[in-house]
Amino acid sequence: MELQTNRRHAESRPDESQHSQEEQLANGLGWFSIGLGLAEVAAPRAVARLAGLENKGRTRTTLRFYGFRELAAGIGILSQPRPAGWMWGRVAGDLMDLASLGSALSSDDNNRAKVAAATAAVVAVMALDVRCGQQLSNGRDGGGMTKNSGTSVTKTVVIGRPPEEVHRFWRDFSNLPSFMKYLDSVQITGEGRSHWKTRALGGKTVEWDAELVEDEAPTRIAWRSLDGSEIHHSGSVRFERAPGGRGTLVRVEMQYVPPGGAVGASLAKLFGFAPGQQVAEDLRRLKQFMETGEVAKSDASIHRGMHAARPAE
Amino acid sequence: MRANCWIGKHDMRVQNVPDPKILNDRDAIVRITSTAICGSDLHLYNGFIPTMESGDIVGHEFMGEVIETGRGVQNLQKGDRVVVPFPIACGSCFSCQHGLFSVCENSNPNAWMAEKMWGHSPAGLFGYSHLLGGYAGGHAEYARVPFADVGPIKVPEELTDEQVLFLSDIFPTGYMGAEMCDIQPGDTIAVWGCGPVGLLAMKSAFLLGAERVIAIDRFPERLAMAREKTGAETINYEELSVHDALKETTGGRGPDACIDAVGMEAHAPGAIGAYDRAKQAMMLETGRPVALRQAIMACRNGGTVSVIGVYGGFIDKFPMGSVMNRSLKIRTGQCHVQRYMRPLLDRIQRGEIDPSFIITHRMRLEDAPEGFAMFLKKQDDCIKIVLKPH
Repeated sequence: MELQTNRRHAESRPDESQHSQEEQLANGLGWFSIGLGLAEVAAPRAVARLAGLENKGRTRTTLRFYGFRELAAGIGILSQPRPAGWMWGRVAGDLMDLASLGSALSSDDNNRAKVAAATAAVVAVMALDVRCGQQLSNGRDGGGMTKNSGTSVTKTVVIGRPPEEVHRFWRDFSNLPSFMKYLDSVQITGEGRSHWKTRALGGKTVEWDAELVEDEAPTRIAWRSLDGSEIHHSGSVRFERAPGGRGTLVRVEMQYVPPGGAVGASLAKLFGFAPGQQVAEDLRRLKQFMETGEVAKSDASIHRGMHAARPAE
Repeated sequence: MRANCWIGKHDMRVQNVPDPKILNDRDAIVRITSTAICGSDLHLYNGFIPTMESGDIVGHEFMGEVIETGRGVQNLQKGDRVVVPFPIACGSCFSCQHGLFSVCENSNPNAWMAEKMWGHSPAGLFGYSHLLGGYAGGHAEYARVPFADVGPIKVPEELTDEQVLFLSDIFPTGYMGAEMCDIQPGDTIAVWGCGPVGLLAMKSAFLLGAERVIAIDRFPERLAMAREKTGAETINYEELSVHDALKETTGGRGPDACIDAVGMEAHAPGAIGAYDRAKQAMMLETGRPVALRQAIMACRNGGTVSVIGVYGGFIDKFPMGSVMNRSLKIRTGQCHVQRYMRPLLDRIQRGEIDPSFIITHRMRLEDAPEGFAMFLKKQDDCIKIVLKPH
């Protein structure tokens, strides 16, 4: 088993290139923030001149304040492994800058041509910020975007049962709906073939046929949807003996590309859940089922959505 | 059935709710004969526990008669009289196998909520927020008990409800608090809080061989009970400096172990108390750890601080320097009740202890909301209320 010492690397496993690209962009924008911030704090006069703003005391105070904001954003971006929040903070800052520049444009005291140029520069940077923020937000939750704008998820769980037993349970795909919440059914249709059915938001049924592509008992199973399926889905699961006789380390990787592969049709929109969280919950239920023979249910948890902790009618 | 429900802060109501049903093979349904209001229920009542929903049935100290069992429950039968432990535990996961039942890996269906708050999830609990499972509690006529083959303990007919009811939580909790002190002959144990758990921790400390027990509180009736029923010496923190008094009575060394049986809503006179109250009100800390800070500072070098009072989130001004530089040990946890029920039932049967001495009030389930208000304000010298649902 490879050690995942660096969270950046752990999360970038499904698609290395995409992740390093967006993180490079984030780092670039982080250093840009720090540079601009330092300039605004240390030399507000020069910045005001460059942006065509009238050199007033109030302008310099505002610039210094904006400078501290830039510094905070820059440090936030550079110090976080996936700084989506800070990146959206930068976007908010850009909007603040644009508002200030907008009001500066209407004043005769300022050099309109220079202010317009500064505005254009802020708009350009904001476009980069938005793009980077979107990419980072999409990759949250242990899932990441793949090249086909699908979703890829890696999750693990330790189950106190031997690998042979966990493998045998998973290998019978008709068992999967007992712990995968959003699967309605999986029917075995032939040797290594199965038919999967799930319900999307709005009650629409999504189904596909899948084939077994790897089966090494008791260590590995892999499957993928057949060509021409409505949804492109593939997954693999590894069963490793946990140290000290503590059962099995189960490591699951799944990829989903929603119908059409359109950017907007994210899995979250389709099914109403974040796939990383969902797979983690599925694995927790698998563990409950394998270790206790049942999936834990409370008076509240048996309902979709919130319900008070009291018996149902 | 009738059940005592949390509606909002300082608002409990007894309502009609559906009867519980078996949901899993290892469930049982219990007709509740006695149930109690716990000091930790006041944290719910005061609105300090997140993820409560209006209408949640509360209560986690209860006992009764088994009226139905799922197919997976072989050790219980209809008619068995049982006490139910407040943590729900599967009995087979890594934690349960190591006796750590209150951190069962499988019993919290809302584990993801707890993970967001605490990094990892403990066990599900009866009637104690959605973050801890969203299980209906025992302030009701009936309750569904999951993993009924692991938790509930059968109790003999010759013992009354009041003698065994507290096996569900506070007696094991107090006992574990004392056990975590690794008491040696000659030890002095200081206990912050003379509520039911503190009083039972004092009793337990003596059972485990403590030479002296020192009780700290501010309510005269509670201090009196500590003196008279457990044999502890007492300090009223509104009259004396706790730190100085403890130092003086131990020859300057400090108690060998300190038990925090207060938790996140500690009271303190003066500026420190006002500081923590203000920060808690502004959500800048979720606990007022006054007792814990005192316990750490008072404990002798190399001693043990045992924390059984409940904390929910984050505390402030934690004297880590005192802990580190003076080689203190901190031990804590929600009680692993399943581990203690059998040996403590034996102690009750042998007459070594009768935990019912803490009961001051008996009420109908219907009067639970008045009971909460009375318990909160410590009116009528209220220390422990037992509710009768039938």
